[in-house]
Amino acid sequence: MTKWLLCDNMIEYWNPQIERMPLDELEQIQEERLRHLVDYVYTHSPFYKKRFDEAGVKPEDIKTLEDLQKLPFTYKQDLRDNYPKGMFCVPDTQLVRYHVSSGTTGKPTVVGYTKSDIHEWAKSLGRALTSIGVGRGDVLQVSYGYGLFTGGLGLHYGAEEVGSTVLPISVGNTDKQLELMQDLGTTTLACTPSYFLYMAEEAKDKGIDFQKDTGLKTGIFGAEPWTEEMRKRMEDATGIKAYDVFGTSELSGPLFTECTCQDGIHIWGDQFIVEIIDPETGDTLPEGERGELVITTLTKEALPLIRYRIGDYTILNKQPCECGRTHPRIMRVTGRVDDMLIIRGINVFPGQVESVLMKMPEVGEHFMIHVDRINEMDTMKIQIEMNDEAFSDKVNDIISLEKKVASALKSVLNLSVGVELVEQGTIPRSIGKSKKVIDNRKL
Amino acid sequence: MDEKFIKQISLFAENKPGRLANIASSFKEASVNIRAFTIAEAGDFGIIRMVVDKPEKAHRVLHDAGFTVSETDVLGIQMEDVPGQLATIAEVLGKKGANIDYAYAFVTKTEKAFLIIRVNDLKTAVETLYEEGIPLLDMSDVQSI
Repeated sequence: MTKWLLCDNMIEYWNPQIERMPLDELEQIQEERLRHLVDYVYTHSPFYKKRFDEAGVKPEDIKTLEDLQKLPFTYKQDLRDNYPKGMFCVPDTQLVRYHVSSGTTGKPTVVGYTKSDIHEWAKSLGRALTSIGVGRGDVLQVSYGYGLFTGGLGLHYGAEEVGSTVLPISVGNTDKQLELMQDLGTTTLACTPSYFLYMAEEAKDKGIDFQKDTGLKTGIFGAEPWTEEMRKRMEDATGIKAYDVFGTSELSGPLFTECTCQDGIHIWGDQFIVEIIDPETGDTLPEGERGELVITTLTKEALPLIRYRIGDYTILNKQPCECGRTHPRIMRVTGRVDDMLIIRGINVFPGQVESVLMKMPEVGEHFMIHVDRINEMDTMKIQIEMNDEAFSDKVNDIISLEKKVASALKSVLNLSVGVELVEQGTIPRSIGKSKKVIDNRKL
Repeated sequence: MDEKFIKQISLFAENKPGRLANIASSFKEASVNIRAFTIAEAGDFGIIRMVVDKPEKAHRVLHDAGFTVSETDVLGIQMEDVPGQLATIAEVLGKKGANIDYAYAFVTKTEKAFLIIRVNDLKTAVETLYEEGIPLLDMSDVQSI
């Protein structure tokens, strides 16, 4: 590993040749890989062949990076429509893993990985971890969920790639988290920012001082939106450095982080092409303008994505970073193009709530989702108007109806939800697209 | 047997200021008289139950005012206003397996006490009370109280 002195810190690179490569050379690699990619998806995926044919593009039309704009977008809906494996480009025998995310209408999305996909994923995070000074000798406590969710296993493989020691504790059981953090000398913690703040509260109650009683110095926080103000609060309260991590399950999982400069997230250009577009027109926006993030995967085999609409609002920055890395950065995500909510790391669409309620004749069609942050934890409460026919004058009947709705929602959303029946006519009606969410979280 | 049932008005109300005032003023305008009244509260919401002199009108007025409202058949039992009466009633119903879901009571000017009960088995309850000689109210009694 090469060490450089820059940005006030001793900077290490996982792959200095690639990470510090001049932008024009990097774009040459992107162009070559893009040409190969369009050929690959056209010949390996009936979905992409049809999509390209409908758009009137042939693989040979794509010669330069600018030609990327000729290609049609890919949407999350495409993954749902082709559930489970309709978009895969490899036979099942080449798959070594599946991850599955919950879907809006009951249909989840499935992501398959070849051996190379897993390795590319770990490589991406390996570079990212190195860029925040995490490597051999570090103990990385992975407090993201393990299992079908990509957070836990993603960080796990990334940490092993750079030779850190992984503590695969997953989410929850805060007492155990704090105990093992002290006993095993955790230096780096990966979890949602709200869970970290909750953990910090618990630690305070138990008289545990992060600076004196633990070796924690770095936090990797993501899977839900957070802000510079939260970073300051977390860093001031605990003395650690807090870094943003970015990725989505469709792209593999968590893939990228900020570097120690904390000035944008590096998206590895040899693996991905980033575009920022106007979500209304689909036009590519110039560097520096805020728009929707669109990513094309260059090295994925099982489920390559062409111009995938991520749905997050951000800004692209192609200026070389102070850390010496030349790969383009995206600035902090500032919202969603669609109405997706992220609650305790779980993606929730109001449409999911609606489709659950529609199946229950006991409740009316009018509802409102209230999102709040109480004791640093995201909470979600749904108010539903009482239905005339379902009204019983027994208190227990109403309470059990609330419980029934809550458990139906939990089984679809994978999230505990408060349910409150309210009087008819109390949920505001509006003309056109009605507002279904009141988000009171102060980020 | 239906004539021995009393029509109770039940309504769903959120536990927030002004709700009761709303109901009361609706009744005032419609000159509906409340004979007995109780609120069962459970956190965010409550169920208001009442016996009124004109249940159909009360139902319509509340429904038009946007309330979730229902009519429930309950029994009105006349008791002497002396100790031990409630125990007797509960005992005879219990023996026959008629379960009281809820109950509330009021006292009239004539020194009679009335007990309103909702039971799981109206027929058994009416028969049992009749056999025991415990008088039941009907709607005309309610109107004339």
